[in-house]
Amino acid sequence: MSDITRLAQTLMKLDDRLADCMRCGLCQAVCPVFGVTYREADVSRGKLALLDNLAHKMIEDADAVEEKLNRCLLCGSCQANCPSGVSILEIFMEARQALVDYRGLNPVKKFVFRELLTHPQLFSAMMRSAAPFQGLVMRQKGAKTYDMPLFKKLIGSRHIAKLPSKSLHAKYGNLHTEGQTGIKVLFFAGCMADKYYTQLGEACLKVLKHHGVGVVMPSNLTCCGIPALASGDRTGFVLETRKNLDVIGRELVGGGIQYILTPCGSCTATLKEWWPHFAAEFSPEHQKTIATVAERVMDINAFLVDVLHVDETDKGVRGPGKVTRVTFHDSCHLKKSLGVSEQPRKHIRQNPNYELVEMAEADRCCGCGGSFTLFHYDLSKEIGQRKRDNIVRTGATAVATGCPACMLQLSDMLSQNKDEVLVKHPIEIYAETLPD
Amino acid sequence: MISPNLVKDLSALLGAENVFTSEADRQCYSYDSAVLPPKVPALVLRPTQTEQIGEIIRLCYEAGLAITVRGAGSNLSGGTVPDTVDSAVILTNSLQKILEINTEDLYAVVQPGVVTAQFAAAVEAQGLFYPPDPGSMSVSTLAGNIAENAGGLRGLKYGVTKDYVMGLEFYDYEGNLVKTGSRTVKCVTGFNLAGLMVGSEGTMGVISKAILKLVPPPRASRAITAEFADVQDAADAVAAMIAAHVVPCTLELLDQATLKYVEADQKIGLPVEAAAMLLIEVDGHPGQVADEAAIVEEVLKKCNATGIHIPKDADEKNKLWAARRNALPALARARPTCVLEDATVPRSKIPAMIKNLNEIAAKYKLDMGTFGHAGDGNLHPTILCDKRDKEEFARVEAAVDEIFDVALKLGGTLSGEHGIGTAKAKWMEKETSKGTILFSQRMRRAIDPKGLFNACKITGI
Repeated sequence: MSDITRLAQTLMKLDDRLADCMRCGLCQAVCPVFGVTYREADVSRGKLALLDNLAHKMIEDADAVEEKLNRCLLCGSCQANCPSGVSILEIFMEARQALVDYRGLNPVKKFVFRELLTHPQLFSAMMRSAAPFQGLVMRQKGAKTYDMPLFKKLIGSRHIAKLPSKSLHAKYGNLHTEGQTGIKVLFFAGCMADKYYTQLGEACLKVLKHHGVGVVMPSNLTCCGIPALASGDRTGFVLETRKNLDVIGRELVGGGIQYILTPCGSCTATLKEWWPHFAAEFSPEHQKTIATVAERVMDINAFLVDVLHVDETDKGVRGPGKVTRVTFHDSCHLKKSLGVSEQPRKHIRQNPNYELVEMAEADRCCGCGGSFTLFHYDLSKEIGQRKRDNIVRTGATAVATGCPACMLQLSDMLSQNKDEVLVKHPIEIYAETLPD
Repeated sequence: MISPNLVKDLSALLGAENVFTSEADRQCYSYDSAVLPPKVPALVLRPTQTEQIGEIIRLCYEAGLAITVRGAGSNLSGGTVPDTVDSAVILTNSLQKILEINTEDLYAVVQPGVVTAQFAAAVEAQGLFYPPDPGSMSVSTLAGNIAENAGGLRGLKYGVTKDYVMGLEFYDYEGNLVKTGSRTVKCVTGFNLAGLMVGSEGTMGVISKAILKLVPPPRASRAITAEFADVQDAADAVAAMIAAHVVPCTLELLDQATLKYVEADQKIGLPVEAAAMLLIEVDGHPGQVADEAAIVEEVLKKCNATGIHIPKDADEKNKLWAARRNALPALARARPTCVLEDATVPRSKIPAMIKNLNEIAAKYKLDMGTFGHAGDGNLHPTILCDKRDKEEFARVEAAVDEIFDVALKLGGTLSGEHGIGTAKAKWMEKETSKGTILFSQRMRRAIDPKGLFNACKITGI
């Protein structure tokens, strides 16, 4: 059997779900990529038609279909607005895997997903060794942002913040604390809050401690797996997730962990939705852990508001200085996948030193899309510009969002435009009201 | 086969990035929202300035390449599916400037690819109102609405797209610019070519600019919903409202099957025992709205409505209106394929039509839900099926034939708002006459001598 026939057969497994698309084209109204290119191949209706054609061998050029399919942020806006309820994200994830199986994985992605992200010590060591030298290669662009001309190939002309000298895990090691409330959570910081936005990870720990919540934070957790999944790398995803399941499974055995919290919309959505969706790839023991994790995992904003009701009990104190005008960006995974949009806003309102103003299109994707921004930086920037314009139009001097990947994109967009707008996580804003 | 020289000339004109030649790109313009076989065009062209349209047509026409114009590709009768593989699809979605909104003379001038909902919002921001609201308005384009004479929920009181077209500019087969109509309310200068272009489904030329009428927005509105144990009572209520000289801006009907599908999907507490539900909205001056709402309530009671609900605020109205908004999604989710028809009958024939539709569904053992615009008799019988199941789809096609027969027998029409395209072309003569087809074909040949503008659509050429 030829490879293309095998590919078509694999894609035929999607046939029932592909047939759900009635070609109404209403995805054009919400797709961020289509919103800048106006090309049918960039919107879900076009991609679903191409996958349908590939499955039915009506097109042979699998490379062209893969190229089109990868021009997608996986933001889920189309699925959230689809009249027919097509499982677009599932279809795209599985189709990307089928195409990677057929064509092989890009070697850079292979190294990142299967080596770097599966070995947290290696990843941390690399970041650690990079941190002291970054001053040599970083050029200051904004108040706290820099670009790295020498690393243009890797990060483009992005404006990024300086790396912290120590990751969260390096600082706290294997953290096990007990809280007065008797509630215990496993804190899954995610790569970004662990290694890049360390201050966000610390803010989360501070808030949990303040409210008497016991925290378990194992030091050898690895990536949640979404970058590998989004790139169609099932092997990388399985390797990463197995490590996490071993670690989390051991902690769950000890008992007492009622919730698993993350400060990242993408990590939460992955643990809650994608781990169970691909559960068949794992051992029965791991499948049990997956089911428990999916049941207990929560976004930290949602936990604090829906479980602890901190918004009702905890009114912050107005400090000296001017009130900061802040606007809020709804991360796609947080709002469209998990339905969390009110809780982070409540946290912001808890801090009387901030005034929350809504931007237009608050839930329109910022254009990051995880690794999408690495491989389609120009598109990502064009989409991000619309978000930046909406932020700036509010007159806010700060913008908050519940996902570190969005934070990275927003700070790059704002810095590229020379806007003096701070980017924060709602938990950071809330944590500022609590005593150190 | 496309000559390399033509591609070179078009690339020089439009920029290579606006000439799509790859198979993957072209396959994405082989379909629209109609349930019809796709046809992959040879070229896809995207003008970024309206003047380029004339040049594109001239080059393609000289080369003998068929031309299909496409806005959002959301039409339901196949008007944007190419006729042949030797076609160029012209995209209008990069021509989306609103050129003028005139609040003194109440008109707007737009490019063809402006999205209907975005236009309506821009007009509203200027304190005015553009009423046509087809179901696809979040993506549909204004020139697409004109070419299909799109309707919507407000048709009964406010009319449809044709009632808002004051003037047009379009390019003919030689690439000449044709101008018709004006910015004035009255204009009898020359033939009413704009009238000819409205509903022409891409068979006459390519629209490059439109002057659209705007109206002052209503200052108040009130919504009412009612349930009925018998469809006849609901239809009587519709007729009695009009007879009492109340013209609601919305007058929508959902039949029992649709109510059941929506309730199963959404669980919003709909009256699934009711034979039909009406959603009514009156608008206008506050005093008039209060009077008309009272009359509507009285009529509903007289016509044996089993439940009447008057929402207290916008939130409550939104909840009740969710039933209508979710009608198509709920039906679409039930099965893979959703064949949405729009046979239209005189208002008084709605009960007979619904009775017939239910009989047809039973006869062909098909799942069908019917909802639509009761005020103007424009119903949407929606058949739920799986087009991959050939045996079932043959029954669907037979049922659709019968639906049109019934609509015509009741003095109705094939299509209220979706257009004829290729989907309904074969029934054209049945509703009209042999002479109509001949007249239309002769007219078409005069303005499209090579038969390249969407030749298979409506009457053929």
